[in-house]
Amino acid sequence: MTTQFPVTNGNLPVGEGDGRTYEAGTDKPLLEIRDLEVSFNTSEGVVHAVRGADITVYPGQSVAIVGESGSGKSTTAHAVIDLLPGTGKVTGGSIKFDGREIVGLPRTEMEAMRGRDIGLVPQDPMSNLNPVWRIGTQIEEALKANGFEGGKRERKDRVAGLLQEAGLPDAERRARQYPHEFSGGMRQRSLIAIGLASRPKLLIADEPTSALDVTVQRQILDHLEVLTQELGTAVLFITHDLGLAAERAEHLVVMFKGRVVESGPARQILANPQHPYTQRLVASAPSLASRRIQVAHERGQESDELLAPDLDATVPRVERGAAPADIVVAKNLTKVFTIRGGRPGASADFKAVDDVSFTLKRGHTLALVGESGSGKSTAANMVLGLLEPTSGVVEFDGTDIASLSTKEAFAFRRRIQPVFQNPYGSLDPTYSIYRSIEEPLALHRVGSKKAREKRVRELLDLVSLPQSAMRRFPNELSGGQRQRIAIARALALQPEVVVLDEAVSALDVLVQAQILDLLGDLQRELGLSYLFITHDLAVVRQIADSVVVMQTGKVVEQATTDEVFDNPREQYTRDLLAAIPGAGLEGVAIAG
Amino acid sequence: MLWYLGRRLLQVIPVFLGATLLLYALVFLRPGDPVAGLGGERGLPEAVQAQIREQYNLNEPFIVQYLLFLKGVFTLDFGIDFRGQEIMDVIAAALPVTFQLAIMALVIEAVFGIVFGLIAGMRKGGWFDGTVLVISLLVISVPTFVIGFVLQFVMGVKLGWFPVTVGRDPNFYSLLLPAIVLAATSFAYVLRLTRTSVAENLSADYVRTARAKGLRRTQVTGRHVLRNSLIPVVTFLGADLGNLMGGAIVTEGIFNINGVGGTLYQAIIRGENVTVVSLTTVLVIVYILANLLVDLLYAALDPRIRYA
Repeated sequence: MTTQFPVTNGNLPVGEGDGRTYEAGTDKPLLEIRDLEVSFNTSEGVVHAVRGADITVYPGQSVAIVGESGSGKSTTAHAVIDLLPGTGKVTGGSIKFDGREIVGLPRTEMEAMRGRDIGLVPQDPMSNLNPVWRIGTQIEEALKANGFEGGKRERKDRVAGLLQEAGLPDAERRARQYPHEFSGGMRQRSLIAIGLASRPKLLIADEPTSALDVTVQRQILDHLEVLTQELGTAVLFITHDLGLAAERAEHLVVMFKGRVVESGPARQILANPQHPYTQRLVASAPSLASRRIQVAHERGQESDELLAPDLDATVPRVERGAAPADIVVAKNLTKVFTIRGGRPGASADFKAVDDVSFTLKRGHTLALVGESGSGKSTAANMVLGLLEPTSGVVEFDGTDIASLSTKEAFAFRRRIQPVFQNPYGSLDPTYSIYRSIEEPLALHRVGSKKAREKRVRELLDLVSLPQSAMRRFPNELSGGQRQRIAIARALALQPEVVVLDEAVSALDVLVQAQILDLLGDLQRELGLSYLFITHDLAVVRQIADSVVVMQTGKVVEQATTDEVFDNPREQYTRDLLAAIPGAGLEGVAIAG
Repeated sequence: MLWYLGRRLLQVIPVFLGATLLLYALVFLRPGDPVAGLGGERGLPEAVQAQIREQYNLNEPFIVQYLLFLKGVFTLDFGIDFRGQEIMDVIAAALPVTFQLAIMALVIEAVFGIVFGLIAGMRKGGWFDGTVLVISLLVISVPTFVIGFVLQFVMGVKLGWFPVTVGRDPNFYSLLLPAIVLAATSFAYVLRLTRTSVAENLSADYVRTARAKGLRRTQVTGRHVLRNSLIPVVTFLGADLGNLMGGAIVTEGIFNINGVGGTLYQAIIRGENVTVVSLTTVLVIVYILANLLVDLLYAALDPRIRYA
């Protein structure tokens, strides 16, 4: 057994606070990537995903590769463990592990290295465990494959030990369960147990927590950090989140379009980014943005001024007349789902939303914040009139939407439009962009065919897309472009309220920043009101005027954005705030 | 689990009643008088016809006839057909042969379909994959009777490897060629289903995780690719058992097998409504039970499906 642990190098300087620091040259590198080139054969020819990357990892060191999707960061990591997807191939350069060249190693030798020398913690905990095998069995496999000595009993004990170590209590019982009985966080812990099962010298963590809620994310990363430090495992951390990378790794490697554009100690890069791309990345990292908070402040004040005449009944507004200032009022909303049980009479009630009240003012942005399962999306669906509340009332512009007739409800839908999280799923792949945007107009019989085409062109201008995009199809556009299309479609009918359900969560930070800017501009130009649903408090600070924090269906805190950030009242809100990656690094960025 | 089984078995009752009522109504509504046709060119004397009508309750209203039929089912006494044979005996003679034939065909299509599909899916785009795809396309597009006659002629008549027909005394060897013919089309579907499923699972994240653990290729294939790929295949196979039982008419005809298909065909021609409905009812029950079995197997393969 002991042979499976790496020999801890006693003379390595293990610093306090700053993490572990290493001088190049005092030690032989564990992983040495030189001039790595990886390309994929696609129907449109050869795509060079990585072009000449150099990365060095010393034993016990933690290195993070940062970049947006398509930057080649994951491809580099998968090349190291020889698990490139599809037609991916290393076409040049070398990867040396422990002084041994591993590019072109025979399959069986590579199989022997995987798990034992190089471990992997993959990105999405939902899809990375085989649903048909027990958790324990899947960890046992890793032990058996890497020459674990000992019988069945010892193996079972070891599995329980590994799960315990990864932070799962009651490990022996947990090992007998199946993946679907685990939450996302528990699955990710199991995957960490698998990755570390045979004590590899290098652990590749590929966006290990990007699919998890922020508070869970923090716990798991803390745990992973402690564990790898104890075991002396080197970590190659892949992430799109600069704040997260700076917080978790000593050394940063920034990748852009397949190239390493900058590399150095984390704090140095953060404080003094050299490459223009890194500078942009530092500037728009939501967790580090300080400039834009001011913008939000300004906008908040502006809106207040605009609204002042409304509140004062004696001075009616020119455009909106005596319209109430509160456009959406949710009163004591409750939604109960009945879960069917296995036997007669065994069905159970599940309260997804429990007595939730909030008010969205005209021209304002209200953020509903919470982790998955907090009921925020259910609440939004009730506001949209897509779900009927079990009890409670949604008032839109002073009218209870439940009281609307079918015809009135149809008209109501024009005034409130949604934009959903997944820009890949919410556009019909067989519809051209033109048809997607025109569809709501045609459905509501707005104008002639010619007028509609003019409107589509206007809308494309509004979301800063070229008019030529009209004739293209969703699969020809990037995620950010698709989200712009979804916004254009939502705006087609000139709604007063737009419900943005995690509308920027699936986007890279730079794109996310662009979309948030666009939303801000549109709000000012068109006087829109936003109901912004998100799990990401960092985004909230950039866009919202007031915040409703939800937990397990209930409202735990409700205040203006500034109050929530400067002076959170509830423990849960404080946990959420503390969990924003890079929250503790703010000083560094501002100083730089 | 027991609750689930009980609920599923209870579901058999309405399905059985609905299916038999529908079948009974359909054969009843068929134009033509079966009794008038019994006597050939000259026809039977009026008195005999009246007696036969009396014997088979043909003068009663439709619903009474149906209820009398149901009574027969529950007392396991279906009555006798026009030729004086107990219908129970007719079913007992036809069912075992067809059942044996169907099971043999099922095994053949499952084994060859899954093995070939697995290899084709693992090497998608390779020469084996290409060959197998073309063959499966051929098998799907050529009608069963063509495959049947060709194989019968080549393997039976020319080469003499198999008996040409089955006849009165079916055994494993003589049923082998008919079973291959019967399995041919479904084999092509099983193959394609397995191939797609395997190719899809190969790029699944959990397969990559398994490889990252350091598992050897054979272990990854057996434990992570194959088992997950079989879930849709099993569904198809279960539903197919019903088809194989009832859809063997052509194959049984070619190889002269006295099975359900042939008997049913004869009964339809002769207008023996009770025989038709009785045999079909047996097939309906087989179908329901096969589907229940599939659902249970499904739960065994995929732990996410739990019948509480």
